[in-house]
Amino acid sequence: MTGMARETPAGDLRLANLTKRFGVFTAVDDLSLTIEQGSFFALLGASGCGKTTTLRMIAGLEEPTTGQVLLGDRDIARLRPYKRPVNTVFQSYALFPHLSIFENVAFGLRRRGIRSVDDEVTRMLSLVQLDGYGNRRPAQLSGGQQQRVALARALINRPQVLLLDEPLGALDLKLRRQMQIELKRIQIEVGITFVHVTHDQEEAMTMADTVAVMNAGRIEQLGAPADIYEFPATAFVANFLGQSNLLAGEATGAGGGDVAVTAHGTRFSVPAGRSRADHGPVHLGVRPEKLILVGSADQVPQGHQHVTGVVTDASYVGVSTQYLLRTGWGTEVSVFAANSGASERVPVGSEAVAYWDPRHAFLLPRDAADTDRTSPVLDEPVGAPS
Amino acid sequence: MTLLARTGSGEPPPSAPRPGRHRLLPYLLLLPGAAWLLIFFGVPLAQLAAASLYDPSGSLSTGYAMTWAFGNYPDVVQAYWPQFLRSFGYAGLALVLALLLGYPLAYAIAQKAGRWKNLLLVCVVAPMFTSFLVRTLAWKTILSDNGALVGLLRDVHLLAPDGRLLATPFAVVLGLTYNFLPFLVLPLYASLERLDPRLLEAATDLYASPAQAFRRVTLPLSMPGLVAGTLLFFIPASGDYINAELLGTPNEYMIGNVIDSAFLVRLDYPQGAALSFLLMAAILAVVFGYLRRAGTEEVL
Amino acid sequence: MRLSRWLADRWVMIVALLVLGYLALPILVVAALSFNRPSSRLSYDFNEFTLDNWRQPCATSDMCDAVVRSVQIGFLATVVATVLGTLMAFALVRHRFRGRSGINVLIFLPMATPELVMGTSLLALFVSAGVPQGFWTILIAHVMFCVSFVVVTVKARLAGMDRRLEEAAMDLYANEWQTFRRITLPLVLPGIVAAALLAFSLSFDDFIITNFNAGTTVTFPMYVWGAAQRGIPPQVNVIGTAMFAVALLLVGLSSLRGRRARRANLLAGPPGHLRRSS
Repeated sequence: MTGMARETPAGDLRLANLTKRFGVFTAVDDLSLTIEQGSFFALLGASGCGKTTTLRMIAGLEEPTTGQVLLGDRDIARLRPYKRPVNTVFQSYALFPHLSIFENVAFGLRRRGIRSVDDEVTRMLSLVQLDGYGNRRPAQLSGGQQQRVALARALINRPQVLLLDEPLGALDLKLRRQMQIELKRIQIEVGITFVHVTHDQEEAMTMADTVAVMNAGRIEQLGAPADIYEFPATAFVANFLGQSNLLAGEATGAGGGDVAVTAHGTRFSVPAGRSRADHGPVHLGVRPEKLILVGSADQVPQGHQHVTGVVTDASYVGVSTQYLLRTGWGTEVSVFAANSGASERVPVGSEAVAYWDPRHAFLLPRDAADTDRTSPVLDEPVGAPS
Repeated sequence: MTLLARTGSGEPPPSAPRPGRHRLLPYLLLLPGAAWLLIFFGVPLAQLAAASLYDPSGSLSTGYAMTWAFGNYPDVVQAYWPQFLRSFGYAGLALVLALLLGYPLAYAIAQKAGRWKNLLLVCVVAPMFTSFLVRTLAWKTILSDNGALVGLLRDVHLLAPDGRLLATPFAVVLGLTYNFLPFLVLPLYASLERLDPRLLEAATDLYASPAQAFRRVTLPLSMPGLVAGTLLFFIPASGDYINAELLGTPNEYMIGNVIDSAFLVRLDYPQGAALSFLLMAAILAVVFGYLRRAGTEEVL
Repeated sequence: MRLSRWLADRWVMIVALLVLGYLALPILVVAALSFNRPSSRLSYDFNEFTLDNWRQPCATSDMCDAVVRSVQIGFLATVVATVLGTLMAFALVRHRFRGRSGINVLIFLPMATPELVMGTSLLALFVSAGVPQGFWTILIAHVMFCVSFVVVTVKARLAGMDRRLEEAAMDLYANEWQTFRRITLPLVLPGIVAAALLAFSLSFDDFIITNFNAGTTVTFPMYVWGAAQRGIPPQVNVIGTAMFAVALLLVGLSSLRGRRARRANLLAGPPGHLRRSS
C-alpha cells in the first residue's frame, strides 16, 4: 500500500529524561529511549509499572512533570493531543457509541476539515477487513471487529506514530493470536512506527522488533525479543519474560574465557560472554527448557554441567512435560521436557539428574541477601495473566 | 427519577486534564444555579428562621418587630403537639404500609419480571403523570359513602352499616401511602435491579433458607435504595396536608394543615414560621439520625 | 401441596400485581369519570356515558386558562432549571474546586426540605421584599425546586460517561469545543432530556409551593384545588386522562424506538457476531 507513504518529514520518537509524578508517587522515572522510525516497539510490564502513563504522555493525554517527547527534532511534550501527529488505539477501544462505524473512522479526517472522506474511509475499512460495515453502530460489532475499527480510526490519519494501549486485552485467546498476526501485517504494510503497551510477554515477543521491559517506572532491559529472552539483564526480566532457574552463588573470577561460580558447594562455569558479573554474589541462570532430565550422572555428556535431585512433580501440558526436581539443598528446579517422543517420562519420586550446556547458562549480579529464585514469585506475572 | 437512587456510590474521581488551566471555570458554571438556590432557597430559609422569632402580637398590616421571641416555639408546640404527633404517626404508618407493598413490587419488577420489566416500570411511573390532586380526588370518589367499596364492605360486615371510609384516619393514611409509593419503589427498584441473582443462588447453595437469603443477602444489598426510597417517601409525607384536607376531617389534620392556615388564613407569620421551622428541624433530625444508623453518606 | 408450592414460587409477583392494581385504580376512576355526565355538581357517581367532556374540554374556560398557564410556567421553568442544573452538574463531575461539599449540601437540601417549608419561606421573602406575587414568583419558585433534580439526573449520566471517549476525540484532532459538541453533548443528551421531562412534570404538578406564591394567578393544580370545594367539572378528568395518555404515548414511542434499534441489531449482525457479552 504505497498510498500510505509518509508525507511528513521523517523522524525517530525520542523520550528524553521523561518523568511523571502523581503527588508523591513516581509513575515514570527519568525515562530515556529512542524508538526508530517505522519500527514495532513494545513496552512490556506488569500493571502499574508506568507503561500506560508513558504512552499517555506521548499521546498528550498526560503532561510530563519533566523531560521531553521528541518527534524528529521537535519537542511535542507540551502540545495538546489534537496538535500531535500521533494517534492512539485505546484500551477497550473507546469507539464513539453514538456514531456509525463510518463516522467513527472518518472522525479524525473531518476534524481536520477534510470534506471528501468516502474513498479514504472505504479503503481503510477494507484494510481491516470490515468492508460493508460502515452503517453499523459499535455496539453491533463483536470485540474483534471493534478492535479493528479502533485501528482503522487511528490509522486513517496517517500518524507518524501509532500508540496501542493493550489493544488485544479484551479479546479471547484465539482471536488475540489472529489479531497479533494481523497487526504485524498491517504495520509492515503501512510502515508507521507502532508503540505497543502490553503486559503479555508472548504478545510483545510475537509482534515487536524491539521490546522494553519496564518495572517501577524504569526500563529494566531493552532489545530484540530473542536477545532479551536468551540473555536477560536482571532477575526481574529473567522471570517476567518466561521462567528461569536462578541459583544463588559466588563468582570467583574469570579465566580462560569462562567465569567460575560456586553454588551450594558445587563448582559451575559460564562463558564470559554470558556473564554480567565475574566476582561476588551472582545468580546462575538456566531456562527450564534448556535443562535435560536423565536417570543418572553417567548419562550426562562431556562438557555439560548438572544438578541431582528427586522428581517431586510432573505436569503433562501437551507440548511438554514440566518437572520439578528437588535438589540436595532443598530448592526445586523446573525442567521442561518436550514431548517429542525422544525421551521417556520420569516418574515422580525417582532420583534424576538435570544437565545443561554451559553456553545456555547466564550469570547475573545478585544482591547479597537474595537467594535461589527458581519459580516465579506470585506477584510477578509470567505469561498472560488474563 | 430512578437516578435518584444512585445512593452510596462515591463521587467519581474528578480529573481535570490540565490542572490550573480552568481554575475559574467551575465557579462560572456553578454561579447561576448556586446563586438561584442561595437567593430563593437559602435566604428565605434564614428569613423564615428570623420570622419565627418575631413578636407574635404583630400582624401583616402593622408589621412585625424582631423581639427574639423564642417563646414562639414552646407556644406552638403546646398548641399543636397533637398535629405534630399525628403527622409523624400517619407518615410513619404510611411508610410501613408502603414498605410492605413497595418492596415486593420493586423486587418483582427487578428480579422476576423478565421481559415485562419495562412495562411494569411504566405502570409504576405512569400514575404520576396524572395530576396528584386529580388522583387524590379520585380516591375521594372510590371511598365515598355511597361508593361500591363501602357498599361491599358493609355487605360483608367488615364495616358497620353506618361505617365510613372517607373522613377517617384510614383514608388519610391510605392516601399518603398511595401518593408517595412510587418515590419509594423507584430507588428500591434501581438497587434491586443491580442485585446479581447468582448471589442468592450462592446463599441457598450455602444452606440459607429463602428467608435467611433475603435477610442476609437481598436486604443488605438493597439498603442504599431502601434508605433513599424511605427518605423520598417520608419527607414529603410528613409535610403533606393535601390528603388530610381532601380525605380527612379537621380531626385528621396534620401539621401541614396548621402551617397552611397560619400563613394563608390566619396570617400569623411568626407562628407559621416557627411551625415550619420545627417541622423542618424534626424531619432533618429524623433523616440524619436515620442516615447515621443506615450508614449511608451520600443519599442523593 | 402443589398449590402451596405454586404460591411459594409466585407470591411476590402476585403481590406486585395487586399493588400495581392499587396504583392504577384511581387512574381508571379518573378515566371513567371523564366520560361521565354527572347528575349534579357535587356528585362523583357514574351517571351516564357521554363524549361531551372530550368534545368540549374547555367548556369551563377558567380551567383551560389554568392549563395553558401551567404549561407556560412548566416550559419556562424547565428551560431555566435544565440550563442551570446542567452547568452545575458539569462543574461537579468534571472539576476539582474548593467548596464542593458546600455546593453538594446546597443541592441536596431543597430535595430534603418539605415543600411546605419552601413555599412558606419563599412567601415570607416575597412579602418582605414587597414583590407582587403572580406568574413570575411562581416561575422563580419552580426553577428553584427543579434545579436540584436536574443536577442529580445529569450528574449521574455524566459520571457514567467514559472519559476515554473524550480523550479519543482529542487524540483524533478534535479541539476542546469540537470534543464537547461532537462527543460529550450527544452522549449526555439523554440525561439532559430525562432531567427536563422530570422538571416539567414536577413543575406542572406542583401545588403546595405554588399555592403560597401565586397571588391571584391560577395554575391547573390550583384550579383543581379550588374546584374541589365547589364540585369538580368532569373536564378536569379529561385533562387528567389526557396527560396520562400523552405520557404513555411518549413512553411507548421511545420503547418502540429502542425495540426497533434492537431488531436492527439482530438483522444487521452476521450470525455468530452478535454482541459478545464479556
